[in-house]
Amino acid sequence: MSDTTLQETRIVSQKFRIPNSYTLETALEHGAYSTLTTALFRPASDITTAIKESGLRGKGGGGALAGEKWLLMPTDDSRPSYLVVNCDESEPGTFKDRQIISKDPHLLIEGMILTSYAIGANEAYIYIRGEYQGFEKILQDAIDEAYSSGFLGKGLANTDFDLDITIHRGAGAYICGEKSALLESLEGKRGHPRLKPKNKEPEWYFGNPTLVNNVETIATVPYIVQNGALAYSKYGTSQSAGTLLFAMSGHIKNAGVYEVAFGTPMLEYINHFGGGIRGDKKLKAVIPGGSSTPVLTADEVANATLDYETLRSLGSSLGTGGMIVMDEDTNMVEALKNLLEFYHHESCGQCTPCREGTGWSDRIVAKILRKEATSQDIDKLLGIADIMNGKTICVFAPAVSGVIVSFISKFREEFELKE
Amino acid sequence: MSFSFNDINITKIENLKKRYPSPKALTLPLLWMVQEQEGFISLEAMEEIAKYTTRPAMEIYKTATFYTMFNLAPVGEHHIQLCKTLSCALCGKDDILAYIKETLDIEVGETTKDGKFTLTQVECLGSCGTAPMMQINQTNHESLSIEKIEKILEELQ
Repeated sequence: MSDTTLQETRIVSQKFRIPNSYTLETALEHGAYSTLTTALFRPASDITTAIKESGLRGKGGGGALAGEKWLLMPTDDSRPSYLVVNCDESEPGTFKDRQIISKDPHLLIEGMILTSYAIGANEAYIYIRGEYQGFEKILQDAIDEAYSSGFLGKGLANTDFDLDITIHRGAGAYICGEKSALLESLEGKRGHPRLKPKNKEPEWYFGNPTLVNNVETIATVPYIVQNGALAYSKYGTSQSAGTLLFAMSGHIKNAGVYEVAFGTPMLEYINHFGGGIRGDKKLKAVIPGGSSTPVLTADEVANATLDYETLRSLGSSLGTGGMIVMDEDTNMVEALKNLLEFYHHESCGQCTPCREGTGWSDRIVAKILRKEATSQDIDKLLGIADIMNGKTICVFAPAVSGVIVSFISKFREEFELKE
Repeated sequence: MSFSFNDINITKIENLKKRYPSPKALTLPLLWMVQEQEGFISLEAMEEIAKYTTRPAMEIYKTATFYTMFNLAPVGEHHIQLCKTLSCALCGKDDILAYIKETLDIEVGETTKDGKFTLTQVECLGSCGTAPMMQINQTNHESLSIEKIEKILEELQ
């Protein structure tokens, strides 16, 4: 069943399998920081242009075009600019950023230097989830090494560019992965997402223009700067250019993270890298891109390719590319219950439809599991999902809504089953 | 009960201040510092943080109570945090939980009588590929099996 021609395209994961790749010495042997000597002597706009032309899309889940986001940063503003890297990896099913910061932290640092230079920032932060203290230590050691070797600080790499990088540790709030909540948290407050502006504008950190990008997005920058936009956009599809560190977990033989080009058939990916379903059972469903993306049935998975457009056409989303694989014996009511507990716990509580809706739907699904539900309860659940969709400050509640609707519409008989 | 930062931390705070455009941003780093120094965060410590961050103590309280990783009361020497989210649940988290509960004779949210272990269930810890998993204090224990956990608990006893 597996397709032997399927291969990884290692752009971000280039050094992952090299022993001690997290040390500066090994990273330098394999070309780390080599882009700085040329890129930092050329106009900053060259980098932004390359990123825009490469078609690089944000790899944290949203998939917005990175170049367009960078261009929102002002070039003639008296206020300081900031770069904030989102390493609050908390989306269930997602464990890719931790690979980068523990296996190739210097790639991230190099990407941060290039990005900061492009947007004119001299201060950058990495917001890391509190539970990643083990990985944080590896990253901090790499930053310390970069400082002592002159790759960070004043006049880095013998240029006149200055950059300081500070790791800022979160403390267990899923919502802080949402970029405006992350900035609130970085300002010392509760992680409450901010209202979205009417027109596109940068993010704001203490009222200063700020760019927020995911770890993997920033770690892709050195490759594009080194090899050019075309070298990146030749991979993937016309609209989903390049690669992503896709991940698999759940009922799969070989769970893990493998970088492939967008457009790779989903089932081939699962069978080839994952080795198929545990215990050679049948596939029942896949949550394609972190738990906040609507679930796909086995039939849908068979037709899916791993790119933004195809998954959207299937009524789901590529998200973070973290696939949760479920076999034929999975109880879908229990699976939804598990996710609703998560969302109920993680709702920041700011908007009523989300704060109340996540708990209410969790209680109804618990009732279904206890076989105490009536025929009206499923409709009530769908009604709550409708109330949660499009009526809140951030996309948390609409995502939960989509998850509920997908589970019920695709596996309704399991929700109606009474024995 | 009063609180003050120790000398090492006071030096750390001075260095950290230079990294942020406003002392308000020190809120989370200082909450972590208190927890590492004392094991948990008391109201007195929040008042001390308020001084350093130039914020009202109530704002520090608001922040401290939002984030689940901040302990507002003492916890056991070994804080077992078992991941309960979907990938871990699909891969047998319930068996691990039952084993820990039985072995330590505590329920979720409780601490053993000798104060050694506290057991909590937490949401996704980003180790879905090596499920089921738990964290004890800052250390990850991944790809758990009953045999593995038996050994871990024995070593910590």
